[in-house]
Amino acid sequence: MSTLALALSRRWESLLVILLVAFIVLGSSLSPFFLSGSNFSDLTSNLMEKAIMALPLALIIIAGEIDLSVESMLGLASALLGFTYALGWPLWLDIPLVLVAGATGGLLNGLLVTRAGLPSLVVTLGTLALYRGLASVVLGPRSVSGWPQWFTDFGFGDVPGTLIPWPLLVFAVLALAFLFVLNRTWIGRQIYAIGKNKEAARYSGIDVAKMKTFLFILSGVLSALAGVILTARFSSARADNGQGFVLDVVTSVLLGGVNIFGGEGTIVGVVLAIFVIGVLRNGLTLADVSPDTQSVAVGALLILSVAGPTLVRRISAARPRRQLTKPVSNS
Amino acid sequence: MSESSPVLQLTGISKRFGAVQALTDVDLALFAGEVHALVGENGAGKSTLVKILAGIHQPDAGHMRLKERELVLSGPAAARDLGIAVIHQHPNLFPDLTVAENVFVGRLPRNSVRGVDWGELNKSAERLFATLGVKQSVSVPVRGLSVADQQLVEIAKSLSLEARVLVMDEPTASLSGREVERLFTIIRQLRGRGVAILFVDHRMEEVFEIADRVSVLRDGRHVITAPVSELTPADAIRHMVGRRLETLFPKEHATIGEVALEVRGLARKGVFSDVSFQVRHGEIVGLAGLVGAGRTEVARVLFGIDRADAGEVLVAGKRADINSPKDAMRLGIVYVPEDRHEQGLVLDFSIAANVSLPIVQRLSRLLVVDRAQERRLAADYSKQLQVRSTGVDQTASGLSGGNQQKVVIAKWLATRPTVLLLDEPTQGVDIGAKAEVHRIISQLAAQGMAIVLISSELLEVLGMADRIVVLHEGRVAAEFGRDNASQERIMAAATGHAEA
Amino acid sequence: MSAQAIDSPSNSALAGRLGLERTLTLVARLREAGILLVLLAVVVIVTIQAPLFFSVSNFEQILLNVSLIAIVAVGQTTVVLTRNVDLSVGSVVGLVAFASGDLLKEHTLGVAGAIAVGCALGLGLGALNGLIVAVARVPAIVATLGTLYVYRGLDFLIAGGKQVSAIDLPHDYLGIASSSVLGIPTLIVAAALIAVVAAYLLRNSGVGRQLYAIGSNPAAAEVVGIPTQRLIFGAFVVCGLCAGVAGVLWGSRFGSVNALAASGLELQVIAAVVVGGVNIFGGSGTVVGAVLGAILLATIENALRILHLSEFWLLAIDGAIILLAVGTDAAIRGYFQRILVRTGRR
Repeated sequence: MSTLALALSRRWESLLVILLVAFIVLGSSLSPFFLSGSNFSDLTSNLMEKAIMALPLALIIIAGEIDLSVESMLGLASALLGFTYALGWPLWLDIPLVLVAGATGGLLNGLLVTRAGLPSLVVTLGTLALYRGLASVVLGPRSVSGWPQWFTDFGFGDVPGTLIPWPLLVFAVLALAFLFVLNRTWIGRQIYAIGKNKEAARYSGIDVAKMKTFLFILSGVLSALAGVILTARFSSARADNGQGFVLDVVTSVLLGGVNIFGGEGTIVGVVLAIFVIGVLRNGLTLADVSPDTQSVAVGALLILSVAGPTLVRRISAARPRRQLTKPVSNS
Repeated sequence: MSESSPVLQLTGISKRFGAVQALTDVDLALFAGEVHALVGENGAGKSTLVKILAGIHQPDAGHMRLKERELVLSGPAAARDLGIAVIHQHPNLFPDLTVAENVFVGRLPRNSVRGVDWGELNKSAERLFATLGVKQSVSVPVRGLSVADQQLVEIAKSLSLEARVLVMDEPTASLSGREVERLFTIIRQLRGRGVAILFVDHRMEEVFEIADRVSVLRDGRHVITAPVSELTPADAIRHMVGRRLETLFPKEHATIGEVALEVRGLARKGVFSDVSFQVRHGEIVGLAGLVGAGRTEVARVLFGIDRADAGEVLVAGKRADINSPKDAMRLGIVYVPEDRHEQGLVLDFSIAANVSLPIVQRLSRLLVVDRAQERRLAADYSKQLQVRSTGVDQTASGLSGGNQQKVVIAKWLATRPTVLLLDEPTQGVDIGAKAEVHRIISQLAAQGMAIVLISSELLEVLGMADRIVVLHEGRVAAEFGRDNASQERIMAAATGHAEA
Repeated sequence: MSAQAIDSPSNSALAGRLGLERTLTLVARLREAGILLVLLAVVVIVTIQAPLFFSVSNFEQILLNVSLIAIVAVGQTTVVLTRNVDLSVGSVVGLVAFASGDLLKEHTLGVAGAIAVGCALGLGLGALNGLIVAVARVPAIVATLGTLYVYRGLDFLIAGGKQVSAIDLPHDYLGIASSSVLGIPTLIVAAALIAVVAAYLLRNSGVGRQLYAIGSNPAAAEVVGIPTQRLIFGAFVVCGLCAGVAGVLWGSRFGSVNALAASGLELQVIAAVVVGGVNIFGGSGTVVGAVLGAILLATIENALRILHLSEFWLLAIDGAIILLAVGTDAAIRGYFQRILVRTGRR
């Protein structure tokens, strides 16, 4: 990344840290339970599915697209898992199948965007409905329970001897992997190039369509994984699992400093934003605010995280800038 | 029929963009009822002048007078309100609205209940087109119209605005012969109604057919203005190219080897057809012609951005199937694009990141980009091409035009190509850097690279190329060797004018 | 040189004597005819399977179901024409529905008052959307995704788990949905009226034409002096107002309102609009088309119910339809673009 972009993202990340600390302070003042270990465990476990989905979404938005269908893919994955499990199929078969379904869903998104040239906004709006609808068709209104102990332990329990929930470990590993890929690999380099200047990327021999399709598939797989984890955590497979998640996931990414127009953003910022939202929600829950009402705050955060920088940019652009070149004299 | 005092008078107009002085001290006078042609090479400043008239740019110096009144155009709307209508090369209409709506956009006639009076709208539009002598259905969406027809809509619009000055920027570029005739009939009509018309063009037969007076711009300066009767096309061409005192970097001797790239009968419908030429190792083939002649389009096909409809491309004698830039790169063909900012560089990236971009996967081990090697590579090429920067970590946006261009060249050299396609490599580059770029090109040829040099600068082409292929309207108009080429002969071929 | 009438040259073999431009107009009008055709096909197919389908009372049911969606679709069309989208309409409808229902339940206001407040609330929420998009320049998708949740969250806040039931509501109010005007249910008349007025204004008013211009070529719109940002703000206000009207009528139609009312409505509305031929990129499309699209979708919904097919298919169908409609439109447009290039018109 260029030095200027680096400096700006550092500044944004610092802001997020300040925000995080502020919310923690606020939270602890609202409730004595806030700073307890068990609360931390609760807080993070409620967060991890959304967190896992935020990672590929960050890459997608940096590449200049968007994926709204993530929460529906999660629901479809949960429904498929419940459906196949209820049929009696063993979990070691069901889970990979569900992940493949996730990949397929992502592939559909990718093809519609890159081959048919449709805007990703509309495509993923359609698949947001389609996948959730399919989930309802697969599982209907029922829920599937009766999961094996190891499965529910994985979703709900901690790594033995620690206070770290298994999903947090999964997320941590994934976050580090994404951090690595985005910052150090040629894949990350190409993603930034595509986001900053799609034309120049194409003219440099980058297969933009292939990369974008890959990112959508990744998003599909990880959304499916999130669905598996959520099912394990709730010990219940339902078609409506994950409903409403898209707000937090998109907000995490945009609040995390990823530019809605593409080309900029860091994983560190997104991770910080994930926890900012998590702490905010956790604090509000302890203050007896219902999750649906909490969304007022998160929705406002979403809007502000985009409106803020835009307004700042416009204000600074309106201010007279000093001349960069000396005026030329006519001879 | 011209009056004694001009409708629109420009005096001493100058305009600078960054490092480039686009216009210097230009005078121009437009009289009512007269067609005034503006000619000049690419980069002579015609477009800039048009944009100033349109109110898009403000001149750095000079005066504009509209009927004796001092004129300051704050923007395109101001120009329009004052009766100056500009028809740009690419029409800017509303595709989903009907022809009639487009003509009267913002000024739709109203009926008694303040709704749109569609009947009146369509009738008024029909009346306008009748005045122009054109049969055009006014209730169809503009989207389906050809460029020629869209132009007519723009003309009708200007007529409805009762424009006293009509500026047309290369209006015939995408028109067929019949459409050009129709346009000229209309222009003559407008002239008869007392409109002052500025007609920017570079096709000599057209200019001499329609214009009353001709002004020539060269390197941003006004060279001459004369009635068409006092000038011949050859004279005009000579004024366009002129003679300059600067010396180019002398061309190094290069051993010309085997044919590296051969193009046979290459065609792309509606863009170019039957283009054939060869490029040998160590050879520089100049591809000359005017904007829109199809040179960039040929390069894009060779680089796999676009696909050809007919013809073949042979690389080292073997038929090549180029469907993407990756394919081209694999065959050793690379393309330095015309638009540095939109296509050549990622301005936010550092020099090193830009240089490594096409081969970033190759520079990686186990997915990780070898940053040290990347910087070394960038540093090596920086040194070789003498890129002036604060280091390979400097952001590309902070470099001057010339250095940016060198970075783009470096990026492609890093892929070790055999064929280098250069599209206007010194456009917007200052004199000093230009010479350096020429030196680099010359050296590369000496090292055995096959080079295609697309350039609108005749001196550059004449100085650098071993052979020159001239394109005119998508076809090869002429081919010259280094010894029998001249500015006049190239320009004549490029403007479709018979040999002088 | 005398003025001679010269024909527009037409090179395209495909367009033939018609002229390519006329073909495109036809395709646009074909869209509305096409929806009617599909509608007819659905009716025929379903009636064969279940004759119960084909009855006045059933069709009345369908139109009643459509009426509220159609009203919202009118507002959504206005926004989409300008190359924007409003995802928050479902939340606006829900919030207004609960708010007006609650006002009536608590006897704070009479029916007329509650309706006025509801509409004003819709207008205000729409204005907030407009501010975020037009002033703060937040892309509509992000802005209205945010307000979708903010408005729904506020709904939950004021509802607090309660609900408004039919017994809480005054008879006059409930009567709106069950009453008729000249034999036609009031709701259908209201929806038709709103659609007709909107269609007329969009087609014939200066402002309406300017909305089309903005969506068709935003840059050119600025150049010709159209106040784009102000008009976009206005479009969102109109959309909010329409959602407000639908919200006010919601309680009357369904009798009970809780915080979940109209959840997911936005997807249904967007599906209807897109099926109805309104270009998601703005610039073209009609209210009539959007309403026809809504009727088609409601017919399919009704058909599913009658055929005892799982209602769960509905959401999936909405999604698939959005993809199909947008995809087909893009394909057709791309096809014509290629023809234009090939015949040298570009």
